[in-house]
Amino acid sequence: MNYPKITYTGWRKGKDKTAFVLVCLFSLITMFPLFFILWDVVSKGYKNFNLRLFTEVTPSSMDAMLARMNGEPIPGGILNGITGTVLIVGMAIIFSVFLGLFIGIYLADNRGKRFAGVVSYLTDLLQGMPSIVIGIITYAWIVKPLSGYSALAGSVALTIMMLPMIVRSTEETLKMLPVAYKEAGLALGSSYTNVVFRILIPSGFGGIFTGILLAVSRVMGETAPLMITALGASVVNWKVMEPTSAIPLLIWDFYNDPNLVELIWSSSLLLLIVIFLLNWIAKIVARKWKV
Amino acid sequence: MKDKIFRLVLFVAALVILLLAAGIVYALVNRSVEAFGEYGTWGFISNAEWDPRSATEEYGALSFVMGTLYTAFFSLLLCIPFALAVALFNGEYFKGSGFSSFVSSIVDLLAGIPSIVYGLWGFYTVRPIVIEMGVNAQGFGIFLSSVVLSIMIIPYASSLSAEFLSMVPNKLKEGAYSLGATRLEVVRHISLPTAASGIVASFILALGRALGETMAVTMLIGNTNRIPQGLRDTGNTMASVIANQFGESDGLKLSALIAIGLLLFIITALINLAAKMVMKKLARI
Amino acid sequence: MESVKITNGKSPILQLKAVSGSYSPGSYAVNRVTTDIYANTITAIMGPSGCGKSTLLRAINRMHDLYPHIKTTGEIILKGKNVLAMDPMEVRRMAGMVFQQPNPFPTMSIYDNVLAGYKLNDIRLKKREKDDIVEQSLQSVGLWDEVKEVMTKRGSFLSGGQQQRLCIARALALNPEILLMDEPTSALDPISTNKIEELLLQLKEEFTIIIVTHNMSQAARISDNSMFMYLGELVEHENTTQMFTKPQNKRTEEYLTGVFG
Repeated sequence: MNYPKITYTGWRKGKDKTAFVLVCLFSLITMFPLFFILWDVVSKGYKNFNLRLFTEVTPSSMDAMLARMNGEPIPGGILNGITGTVLIVGMAIIFSVFLGLFIGIYLADNRGKRFAGVVSYLTDLLQGMPSIVIGIITYAWIVKPLSGYSALAGSVALTIMMLPMIVRSTEETLKMLPVAYKEAGLALGSSYTNVVFRILIPSGFGGIFTGILLAVSRVMGETAPLMITALGASVVNWKVMEPTSAIPLLIWDFYNDPNLVELIWSSSLLLLIVIFLLNWIAKIVARKWKV
Repeated sequence: MKDKIFRLVLFVAALVILLLAAGIVYALVNRSVEAFGEYGTWGFISNAEWDPRSATEEYGALSFVMGTLYTAFFSLLLCIPFALAVALFNGEYFKGSGFSSFVSSIVDLLAGIPSIVYGLWGFYTVRPIVIEMGVNAQGFGIFLSSVVLSIMIIPYASSLSAEFLSMVPNKLKEGAYSLGATRLEVVRHISLPTAASGIVASFILALGRALGETMAVTMLIGNTNRIPQGLRDTGNTMASVIANQFGESDGLKLSALIAIGLLLFIITALINLAAKMVMKKLARI
Repeated sequence: MESVKITNGKSPILQLKAVSGSYSPGSYAVNRVTTDIYANTITAIMGPSGCGKSTLLRAINRMHDLYPHIKTTGEIILKGKNVLAMDPMEVRRMAGMVFQQPNPFPTMSIYDNVLAGYKLNDIRLKKREKDDIVEQSLQSVGLWDEVKEVMTKRGSFLSGGQQQRLCIARALALNPEILLMDEPTSALDPISTNKIEELLLQLKEEFTIIIVTHNMSQAARISDNSMFMYLGELVEHENTTQMFTKPQNKRTEEYLTGVFG
């Protein structure tokens, strides 16, 4: 029998090399935007990145215009946005962490059951939902019936966004723990509740905490759902039922106001610093408390 | 006893997801009934007219549905070569190496940048380039928003694809190499086909992201309420029209905007379902 | 280490000259192995786990090139050509390999699995050529009658033993100079193992086979010559009957009698 000849031409090797070079090149190009964006934000934002940014509330458009005409720096900061973000995100953390943790534990322990399957599917559905739709829902649930925009509405919107992320990370972490942990605890006569709180959650702490940090960093910069729930405010507000601002909301306001537009970059810089810091801490936690 | 209560608490917590989902559907349907009632479901979807002036008030979703499809699919198309390259870089060529963890953490950071910052960057840095390229006079439009959107969705497509590529069993690759294949041939004939459903699923999920992305698109698309006549044209997506007009709306207009939200919700839910089904196919191999 | 040789008048198809393999600098998984392999024989490589038998086998078709940290030195002469100086892809085409775990490609049909070597090497064949190669290769592994009706099904649909024979057919389809087998039956049941062993005895009429095995009775049953390796060194390479009845080296004797291993 005659077997066809296989040749190793330069053509085949050339294609192989070309593919490798293209993969490296395109991967390199993909990284560029990050550096461009960082350069933009840092180089334009550092001028206004001062103490004032943290200690003063947003100036009125008129004051800012007068200052601009006199060549002075913009008289104000984003204190109202910082406190607003703390309030709204803080409440969202309180709402979502325990709920998410419990649902995650439920899903990890009831795999294969029909109800758990439905819950798991709906969790994915929530995770894929556009943030603006979540905004609409919160508007319909809270803003409309209570006839007013509020920090509470904003935090509910962010809660709906954080919840599926925390559920998933909790579930995945607990799934990775050896079954022996649970069985050893139960075999020693420990109650299920104790096994969960004394063994499972502490041993999965790294994964669960990382998930929470990433979820917080995700919603930190959310703008769209807050626009139609928390609305924004030009003063520091700690009242749950009052309209409240947040850093991304202020960026949006500044973007639309030619007198305040200079503040967008310093605000974005602050936002990026916080988000990257959270990501970085999450990475360290994940490495340190590896399951 | 304590255990019983605890298990009940867990169950009730899980029930909350169910209630949330039900509440979401209820709220969206309930608030969009007015618009659908006025124009009929299909009448609303197929009408390209969006006219909020009270004298000639008329609302249809078609312009925004088309705008959404244009931007989402064009950005998906743009992101494919880059996302695939990053996936191959991390999941095949440099799997497990220091290079790979560097590239993947950089790309992960891209996913962490808020939409509104992408919008600023698109407006101040990318838009002048788009004008320079002669795409259109103002720079705003489908093209600009798709370019920025494609960068935003690369991390979603690439990280998941890389994961699926790295799961291709080594024994298959060694088998292929032992037959005399080059690396590219192993990638083309073994790794990519084996991970195909996973890769397709990750691009479907990235498409879902692109469909729902709001702020960056709102800032870059030009916000015109008609069907875009090509990539150079301006338009509005379903998400951007809601973000743009929701604040000042009431009555029929508000209901029409919520109806658009419902449509968007259904589309993204279907996209997620499709990704899940494709992924199930993978599990069977 | 003295070189171990067996001669029976013919010139060897494969010569190993001071072949070493190393996973990290300074430590050798295979240490200066020198020996000859003759055509149309089955050579079994035995030894306790970690002795370097797989490392030696995978050096022959340059599989170590896939992992940059593994270094191979020495000379490996296959049919007069120095393998280590050749293009690794070409070497691998000349030396077919069968692995411990059956690894038919799950994305390809049985038919395409047999032809995978051509597909992977970007060779376009005529329908007639393809059919001939598939039938010929599957006939040689005794799989033709079992699968000719289900050619379009996926390879993973077959039983473990059938899968392994499919993998042998896939290697044979490229008409290799030598067939390298890395514990090909260790994942199979006794009946399938038996079938593969019978198959190897038939195949040696046409091919030269080197088989790594941890199963001494398998080596005794099918091999003409046996190599015993220990701690990376080739201790003894001998006619199999000779080795099992009168081992030259004390270590070999201890291994064969079960003192260690």
